[in-house]
Parts: sequence; C-alpha cells; structure tokens
Amino acid sequence: MSEMRRVTAIRNGTVIDHIPAGYALQVIRMLRMDMNISTPVSLVMNVPSDKIGRKDVLKIEDRELNQEELDRLAIIAPAASIAIIRNHVVSGKLKVELSGELINIASCSFSNCITKADREPLPQRMKVVNQEPLEIRCYYCGKGQSLEELIENII
Amino acid sequence: MGDLVTMDDLSNDEITQILDEAERLIPVAEGRVTLPLLQGKVLANMFFENSTRTRMSFETAMKRLGGEVLNFSSIGTSVSKGETLYDTMQMIDGYADIAVIRHPRQGAAQYSADSVNIPILNAGDGSGNHPTQTMLDLFTIRQSQNKIENLRVVLVGDLRYGRTVHSLSHALTRFGASLILVSPPSLRMPSEIVSDLRNSGCEILETENFKDQLDSADVIYMTRIQKERFPDDDEYSKVAGIFKLSSNDLTDVKENLIVMHPLPRVDEIDSSVDKTRHSKYFQQAFNGVPTRMALLCRSLGIDVPKKVK
Repeated sequence: MSEMRRVTAIRNGTVIDHIPAGYALQVIRMLRMDMNISTPVSLVMNVPSDKIGRKDVLKIEDRELNQEELDRLAIIAPAASIAIIRNHVVSGKLKVELSGELINIASCSFSNCITKADREPLPQRMKVVNQEPLEIRCYYCGKGQSLEELIENII
Repeated sequence: MGDLVTMDDLSNDEITQILDEAERLIPVAEGRVTLPLLQGKVLANMFFENSTRTRMSFETAMKRLGGEVLNFSSIGTSVSKGETLYDTMQMIDGYADIAVIRHPRQGAAQYSADSVNIPILNAGDGSGNHPTQTMLDLFTIRQSQNKIENLRVVLVGDLRYGRTVHSLSHALTRFGASLILVSPPSLRMPSEIVSDLRNSGCEILETENFKDQLDSADVIYMTRIQKERFPDDDEYSKVAGIFKLSSNDLTDVKENLIVMHPLPRVDEIDSSVDKTRHSKYFQQAFNGVPTRMALLCRSLGIDVPKKVK
C-alpha cells in the first residue's frame, strides 16, 4: 500500500510530506492551524521513508499554503516537500527554505531578554547562525535557542 | 549608522583608529587643552541601571568636548509608570543627538538602536555586552604593552554574568590573544561565546585554578562576582570571595604583567596590589574619558584633528 494512501487522497489542498517522525503536531502548531481550524486535516505519523527513515505526512484540505507560511516550518522540517493539489492533480511543488532570519515565528526563551518586557512593540527576531547543525540565536540578546525551546515558544 | 552595540560593530582598523584618536585626546580629557568639537551637540545618558564610572566618564567626555548632557534615570520617571523602552527612546530621539544606554535587560541596546534614528552606544545590557568598556580596556592594554596583538590574557571571576569580559574576549580574540578563563563552574563563560571564540581560532583554557595562571600572563583581568545578578543569597555566598589577588602573588610574574579591573572591586584585589607597578585599574578608569571622547566623535561623524594643541 502506498504510504500516501493511508488516508484518503484529497481533492484540493496541500500535502506536506517528509516531516520528521513525531513532529506533525508541531507543524500544525507552527502553521497556526490548531486554533481556528476550519478545514479537514489528515495526519499520518511514523511511516517508513526512504529519504529520512521515518516520517509524518499532513494533508490539509481546501487550503493552499503559501511560501511564507511554509518557511515557518524550516526549523523543524527543513526537508519537507510540499504538493499543492487541485482537482486531485499535483499542480505545484514547493520546498521549505530556511532564511537567515526568522521574524515573529518564535519568542526568545531567555527570561531577561528585552523582548520579554511587557508591551514592547518591535518584532521577535531570530538569527540562523548555522544551518547544519541548526543553530539559532535571538537577534537582540544573542542567547542560543534549542529546537524544543523554539517549538515551545512559537508565536 | 554610528551605533556601537557589540564589538562586531567595529572593524579591527576602526578599533586601532579610535585608540589613536583617544591617545591624541588625552590632553583634552585632562582639561589641559580646550577642544569644543561637540559644541551644540546633546548627549542623553540613559541609565536604567546604576552606574558610577561609565555615566560620569561619558558626561565628562561630552563636556570636555563642549557638548551638553541630559541625564536620565529610570527612577521617578515615566518608566516607573510603565512606559516601554521603545516609547522612552522615541522621546529621546527628539531631544538628543546621541544616546548612551545601560539597561538591566539583555538586548536592550540593540532594541533601542532599532527603535530610533540617533546613534546608540551600549553601556551595558544585562549580562550581554559592554563595548565602550572594552575600548578603554584595549586602550589601557596598548598603553602598557605597546600592542594589543597576541597577548596571553587571564580573565577571572564572574564570566557568566560579567558583560565586560564578554565584549573583551571577542575583541582580544580578533587580535590573536590566547585566553585563560578562570571561574567557578557555576559562573563559566556562556557556551555561545566560548564556541564563537574557538571558531574564530582562539586558544582557550577554562579552569578553576587561578594562581597557576599568573606567571605566564601578560594581562590579568579581575572581575567582581556581581551579587545583583544572582537569583538568591545562598548561590552568591557559595562563590563570593573565591578568587583573590594580593601583592604576594606577584613575585614571579612577567615584568610587563598588568592587573586590570573594570571596578568597582569588593575584595578580589587586595589594596597591597595598588602600589605595585602592575596595577592599572585606576588608570583604566581615567582612560574611559579619552576613549569615550573618541567614540562620541566617531558616532557623531566628527573628525578628531591629527594634531591636538
């Protein structure tokens, strides 16, 4: 059985493949879909993958994610491949891109960072210092942020 | 443009140029020569945290160059009414030509620099950076050693919360120093900084053994264990007074060794060291004036004359 067929093929929407196993729920959170979900979302977890060993897959119906939304996933699913589906046919393929800076994706984990002060209006900014291994620091205070902390502090 | 938030804002050539300018400005810093380079300019001293030397030396530097100073303290002002740093800085953007900021929160100087148009000089952001202190430290080192390249420097004390050693270690690494980091395990240099220094090719030794490091050193940089940065008194008392330097420790040291301290000291340098030829910490405190003069001129785009008469 094709791994993609563990759940029904979707007619229109977005398929996110090659999410590292166990991270699909975090991906949903990072796409801000857990709060106001209005379309069906199917989730396949921990299936074998030639590319990354084990993987999760998400199928989001009736919603086409744009590049900006997908780039939010870069810190947890840099190898994800995305297909935009229209009328059961793949109409476009996208890749996640990790840029040098993450703006308003996660807040700083350091309690004494200036961004932790009440009502300060400037955006949360993270610098990608190194891609492999992934090293991310707060642009303002310089503190390193672990993947767990970034996920915990998603905005 | 003109901001100084971390030492990354200055190239090695700029550092050397600023130190040269500071040297030329010494007669002005001492009040022997009048040079109103900054006449008509207003400096805002924005101190959200206590300061003695930094605030006063910036004020002296500005006034010796003919400029005016606004002194701000967060006590009894709109900050105690809950004003954000962003809003406070918007106000200062309209009142002054340049601002010096010290703030208890890390990243506050970068945040301020991003909030306003006037140049921002970081005078200490939490446990982050203190680059103007580093410039006067480099000035003091060069004055005594005739160079800032390839020195063996021992940094002692609170390397975790001590912002002066964070900025200084970055700068010294760029000039080829080897660094010996002496601290109790709980106050080690943050891992991000050690990793950056090693990636830049710095030879680093981390140790708790203070006295073994003295004889081979060119510079011993003592720091205070900062009580105000500790979450509770128990944690502080475990490490308070752990490293102490007295004149008896200096019998077999190198001829050119200098002992530095950003001050204030508590008991980490015994007063017996003050009279030795190695002590440079009071000279260091004075050097804040010419160095900060040069930094104010740089940030305001004012050239320091090649000859100061």
